[in-house]
Amino acid sequence: MLSFIGRRIGVVLLILFGSSFIVYNLEAVAGDPLADLRTSSAKNKAFLIAQLTRTLHLDVPPPLRYFQWLKGVLGVFTGNPDLGKTRDGLLVVNEIAAAVPITIRLVLGATILAILLGITVGVITAIRQYSRLDYSMTFLSFLMFSLPIFWVAVLLKQYMAIDFNNFLASGQITPPWIIGASVVMGLILAGLISGDRKRVWMIFGITAVATAALLLVVNLTNWILVPGLGIVGVGLLAAGVAVGLTSLIVGFENKRVLYASLTVVLATVIGYFPINAFWKGKDLNAVVMLFPLVGLVLVAVVAAVAFTNVDRGSAIRTTVVGSVFAFLFLLIDKLMQTWGQYINADGINLRPIPTIGEVSVRLSSNDFWIALMDALVHVLLPTIALTLISFATYVRYSRASLLEVMNMDYIRTARAKGLSERTVIVRHALRNAMIPLTTLMAFDFAGVLGGAIITESVFGWHGMGTLFRAAISTQDLNLLMGVFAITSFMAVMANLVADLLYSALDPRIRIGK
Amino acid sequence: MAKKNVAVEATAESSENAIALHETAGLSQGQIIRKRFFRHKPAVASLIALIFITLFVFSASGIHLGTDQHPITIPGWWKYTLTDIPDTNFCGIAVGCPNWQHPFGQDPIGRDYFALVMRGAEQSIMVMLVVGLIGGVFGTVIGAVAGYFRGWVDAVLMRFTDFIITIPSIIIGAVIGFKFGNLGVVALAVYLGLFSWTGLARLVRGEFLSLREREFVDAARIAGAGNIRIIFKHILPNAMGVIIVAVTLMLAGAILLETALSYIGFGVQAPDVSLGSLISEYQDSFTVSPWLFYWPGVLIISIALCVNFIGDGLRDAFDPRQRRRITRRDLIKATFKKPAEEA
Repeated sequence: MLSFIGRRIGVVLLILFGSSFIVYNLEAVAGDPLADLRTSSAKNKAFLIAQLTRTLHLDVPPPLRYFQWLKGVLGVFTGNPDLGKTRDGLLVVNEIAAAVPITIRLVLGATILAILLGITVGVITAIRQYSRLDYSMTFLSFLMFSLPIFWVAVLLKQYMAIDFNNFLASGQITPPWIIGASVVMGLILAGLISGDRKRVWMIFGITAVATAALLLVVNLTNWILVPGLGIVGVGLLAAGVAVGLTSLIVGFENKRVLYASLTVVLATVIGYFPINAFWKGKDLNAVVMLFPLVGLVLVAVVAAVAFTNVDRGSAIRTTVVGSVFAFLFLLIDKLMQTWGQYINADGINLRPIPTIGEVSVRLSSNDFWIALMDALVHVLLPTIALTLISFATYVRYSRASLLEVMNMDYIRTARAKGLSERTVIVRHALRNAMIPLTTLMAFDFAGVLGGAIITESVFGWHGMGTLFRAAISTQDLNLLMGVFAITSFMAVMANLVADLLYSALDPRIRIGK
Repeated sequence: MAKKNVAVEATAESSENAIALHETAGLSQGQIIRKRFFRHKPAVASLIALIFITLFVFSASGIHLGTDQHPITIPGWWKYTLTDIPDTNFCGIAVGCPNWQHPFGQDPIGRDYFALVMRGAEQSIMVMLVVGLIGGVFGTVIGAVAGYFRGWVDAVLMRFTDFIITIPSIIIGAVIGFKFGNLGVVALAVYLGLFSWTGLARLVRGEFLSLREREFVDAARIAGAGNIRIIFKHILPNAMGVIIVAVTLMLAGAILLETALSYIGFGVQAPDVSLGSLISEYQDSFTVSPWLFYWPGVLIISIALCVNFIGDGLRDAFDPRQRRRITRRDLIKATFKKPAEEA
């Protein structure tokens, strides 16, 4: 195994060496960094050319210059990598170090969201194969598959940002919208739940009325401008998730796990005011903010261990996932409390959803929650756009994979020995169906650093994609190679990690023989 | 008589199997696949729509090949071209609203937008076809050779594939598009095709690795067939399903890649237009003249959507494990018809 990894890393380094050598020389030959200076009419043209030649070592022929560059890159091993200078004389390392966190912020959330949502929907459609839901989700996922992101982005900017901001001026949902939303919700739920005609109509009616009532309450309490869940809301949501997770992962009849999950909910409710007080503290940062999560997870583990004595693994899994959700609800509640303050802040003025940029420059507040809110509203539209598009891939793959597994003999065996359908799917089918998806995930995470060129350009973010575009259009070889080095390294590592994960998860696949 | 009993007594699943078998009895592989494909209604509808769109676009806009200096042009039936600037009509705050003269409206300069969109669609379809052709051929040949010969040939070819994979397609596309975009869209497509075969090559290699161990390959070899003949005449037809499906998905990817590149300015260069560059140019006039924004997007989506659905239909048709849903009507039909046929 170790020798396999060693050999693979050796091959990876060779490949990286080869591809970077070729790209470097291709780009050096194809693009002339002095082109715009040669045609310029500046008086000190000769001086500028000489200066640029010196900083970029243009007098060295490209193949040799590549090795100069490579020597700098190999500095990674001694702790001070040197990727050369950009045309403006800035250090490429610093430029990339500044761009990477921005890109991660842009893409990571969308990737995780797409994976979670996509797999969930894919699994549901596979279980309900050939249902109305399956057909409509198949159509939707093909549609999303075919969407150009730059086109969706413009629509999102218009309808989710500009129009929503206009709507916030009053914050009251108008009657046509209430009726429309109720009908749509009714149709969706009636489409989800199958049954005879009478039942479908009943579901439609109940959902539509419930939605309309909910929206009326929202209007009456002016919830859109002053939202909040409150201790009751957080408790109810956390309890709902706890019950749902328990029935999904271990089955509702397993009362001990249910009690353990509800203990976590109780801890959340008891901790509601202390946690909120803690979050009001002065020097809060992203790490300190997460302390309550650690506490809740600890409670979850202890509760699971205390309540159960068999199959503790899945009990702990259930309670821990439940505690993460509980924490998320607490966080959402806190953000909702910040919302009113945020939209009325200077530089926001009731137009909170931005169409471009990664932070509001005019926002003058150093409060942690305001800053977090600001980051979140900025990442909102890009995340929706990216999620829409990569979501479809996960739906298709997880559906196909689960369907294939469900046809296997061991599933029939599991059913034949009388296991419940939940156990068959969650314990036997799902785990094996998810193995092929690891490859996809590994590549998606690798693509996080390089893959959002278009998105960054549409939403005006200054991450790796912007660097890359600038590098291409200004013939900035060192900058281009810097971006390339990072993205190609991530790509080959993803390849390797995917292979290793695959063999770790699927014992039938042996590597390194 | 025995068959009748089976049909009556069988469980739901085996009677479904019987129906599936009965339907394919006596048909060749190709016939079965065709039959399965034509049963996939969205795929058939998409195929018709795609053929229609392609014919419509190419006949309206004509065919443009060659470079700016040496254009090779076959004119289409639409009365305006990219360079025509007819009179602009005014309507409220916008200029150039759609009317009978200009069904897609006019852009702010006054160019007929139908001509622009048709030209853009022509470029996109052209890129799609060329990328599919080149990527398909390269991927198939490299994957087939690697999987068939194994050993060092495989090692070299697969490391070469890994090597191409390290270069993200959008990066290479941007470098290529920026450097060679003005050579015309076919050159761009050829370069893109040269870098888009990697996924297919891996798939075909995997397929060949397993197919080459099968008995029919031994039989062919004993009968005296050479390597080339075995690869192309014996193994390749069996791997065709995988290849066709992967190529269709490659086509949909190609059209999105080309439009994305043109959108950020690295694909088709002005004065020529592409669906991507049209959207990039007119996205800011979305509120005033939305037709400038919608039409290119609608065309991209419909072409990509059709290709994806066709790919899905082909996947179902080629996959022997994929069974059609046996509806209640089929069951009734089978139970009542079969005895009658046998009688």
